[in-house]
Amino acid sequence: MTTSTAPYGHLTGPTPLRRLVAAPTAGPLAALVLACAFFSLTTDQFLSGGNFSLIIQQVMVVGALAVGQTLIILTAGIDLSCGAVMAFGSIVIARMAAQGTVPPLVAIVLGLAVCGGFGLVNGLLVKLIPLPPFIVTLGMLNVAFALTHIYSNEQTVTDLPGELTFLGNTFPLGGTDVTYGSLVALALFAVFAYLLSSTSWGRHVYALGNSPEAARLNGIRTGRLTIGLYALAGLVYGLAALLLISRTGVGDPQAGQTDNLDSITAVVLGGTSLFGGRGSVLGSLVGALIVGVFRNGLQLMGVASIYQTLITGVLVILAVTVDQISRKRTR
Amino acid sequence: MSAPTPTPTPVIQARGLVKRYGHVTAIDGADFDLLPGEVLAVIGDNGAGKSSLIKALTGAVTPDEGEIRLNGEVIRFNGPQDARAHGIETVYQDLAVAASMDIASNMFLGRELRRPGPLGSVLRMIDKKRMREEAAAHMADLKIGLRSLTQSVETLSGGQRQAVAVARSVAWARSVVVMDEPTAALGVKESGQVLDLIRRVRDKGLPVVLISHNMPHVFEIADRIHVHRMGRREALIKPSDYTMSEVVAIMTGALTVDQEHGGTVVADARAAKAAGVRPN
Repeated sequence: MTTSTAPYGHLTGPTPLRRLVAAPTAGPLAALVLACAFFSLTTDQFLSGGNFSLIIQQVMVVGALAVGQTLIILTAGIDLSCGAVMAFGSIVIARMAAQGTVPPLVAIVLGLAVCGGFGLVNGLLVKLIPLPPFIVTLGMLNVAFALTHIYSNEQTVTDLPGELTFLGNTFPLGGTDVTYGSLVALALFAVFAYLLSSTSWGRHVYALGNSPEAARLNGIRTGRLTIGLYALAGLVYGLAALLLISRTGVGDPQAGQTDNLDSITAVVLGGTSLFGGRGSVLGSLVGALIVGVFRNGLQLMGVASIYQTLITGVLVILAVTVDQISRKRTR
Repeated sequence: MSAPTPTPTPVIQARGLVKRYGHVTAIDGADFDLLPGEVLAVIGDNGAGKSSLIKALTGAVTPDEGEIRLNGEVIRFNGPQDARAHGIETVYQDLAVAASMDIASNMFLGRELRRPGPLGSVLRMIDKKRMREEAAAHMADLKIGLRSLTQSVETLSGGQRQAVAVARSVAWARSVVVMDEPTAALGVKESGQVLDLIRRVRDKGLPVVLISHNMPHVFEIADRIHVHRMGRREALIKPSDYTMSEVVAIMTGALTVDQEHGGTVVADARAAKAAGVRPN
C-alpha cells in the first residue's frame, strides 16, 4: 500500500537526523559536551582520567538519588524526601553496623528496607488518600530528617566496618583509579534505562505519566504501579545511602540536606519534564554530570563555590525554559 | 401478525437492565440489541442515560437487574477488563492515548509483546520490531496511512489520533467496537475520515456501537438507530424509515413509535407542534 493515496498520508515522517536532534537527551548531551570542551580548553587539569573519575565520585550520590527522582517525576510527581530518606538510611546502616548488634550485611539490608519503607509510605499516601506528592514528600522530608537526628543523637558515626566502605575502594582502569561505587552508580543507571525503555513496566510508567486515565482505560493497574514506583525509588535512595557512606567513610546525620533539590536539578537538566511522561534516566545521568562538570571546571578555573551555585541555578531555569518552548512547538 | 423472519443471534442482547444510584435511576428497564455486522447508533438527549447503558454493556458498571447476553450466552462482566477479555473494545471520547508515546506503543499499551526466548522470559524485553510490524499491518488493514509508526501520537492531527485509537480497538476487538462520540472533537474533513473508517470496520464484519450527538453523522452511517430516553430504549428504528426531525422528536418525547403497528409514529400533538413536527 502506498501512503500517498491513503486519507492520512499527508504527514511526513521525521528523518533520522531530525529524530536525533528531537531526542529529549540530545540538548543536555550537547550542553555536556560543550561544557567539557570549554573546560578542556580553559584549564590544564580538566581533561584527565583522574579528574573524570573524581567528577563521577562527586556526582554518584546525587546521581543515584536522581534515578529514584526520575521515576517519581516521570509520573508527574516530585520527591522532596529523597535526601533525608537517604540520610536516615545511612545512619541506620552506620549505627547498626558500628554498634555491632547485627552483622554489616544485615545492617545494609535493614537500611535498604527502611528507605524502601519510606518510599512505600510516600506511595500509599499519594495514591490511597490521595494527597499531592509535593505535600506528602515535604512531610516525609521532615519526618526522616527528625528521625535521623533522634536516632543518631546528633553524633557522626565513625569506625565503620570495611564492608560498609567497600564501595569507596578503587581499582585501576587504564591508569586511572575508579571506585566500585562509581561502577554501582553507573550500573544503576543502566538497569533503569533498560527497564524504562525496553519492558512493559517501563511503557506503563510513561503511559501513567502521560495520562493516568488513558493508562487505566488500557488496563494498566495505575494504583499498584504508582505505589510500587515510590517504594522502588525508596530502595534506590537506600543504595544512594550506601554510596554516601562509602564516599565519606562515616555516618553523618547532617548529610544530604540539599540533595533533594540537587537531584531534581539533575533530572530537569537531563530533559525530563516535570509534567510527567517524557524523559529518561540517562538524561538524568547527563544532568548530574553537567552539574558535576560545571562545579569541577569552575573550581579548576578558580571560581568561588557560591558562583558555581549561581550558575547551576541559571542552568536549571534555562533547561526548563527549553522544555516549555519545545513542548509548545510539538503541541 | 406478520410471519417471523429468521433473525441472526444478536452479538449483544440486553433485557430489562436497571441501575440505580440512591434515588436516581440511571437505567430504567433498558433493552439493547446489536446484530452482527451492523453499525448501531445510540442517540439520546443529555441525561437520557446513554453513558450508563454503555457502561453497563462494557463492564464499567454492573447493572442491579436484567441480563446481558453476548453471542447468545448470558454474561456478567466484572469490570471493563473482563469485557475486553470477551472481545468488547471501547474507543473513548477523550481518545485515551499516551501523547508522548509512539503509535505502535499506544496500540500495544497494556498488551506489549515480549521477545521470544530468554530475552523475553527472563529479561522481560519487549519486541518493539514485531509490535511495529503488527501495528503497521493493522493500520494498513484499515487503510490508515501514516508514514512512520515511531512518531509520537502528539505529532498527529486530531483525526489521525482518533484513527490510532480506532485501529487499536479494532485490533483487539473480537465481538464489538463501542465508539463514544468519536467525531465530537473533530473538524468536518476529519470527521468524514473517521466515518469512512467506521464503514471499513463494519465491512470487516465487526459490529460497531456508535454513540453520537451528531444527527447527520448518525443518518449517514448507521444501519439502525437505538433511541434512548429516560433510562430506557424508546425506539429501535431504521434511519431510512424516518426523517431526522422525526428522530429528534422521538428523542425528546414529542413523538412515540408504535412498534406493534409497524413502527408508525404517534404524535403527542402539542409536543410535536412545539418541536416543529407535523403529526401524521
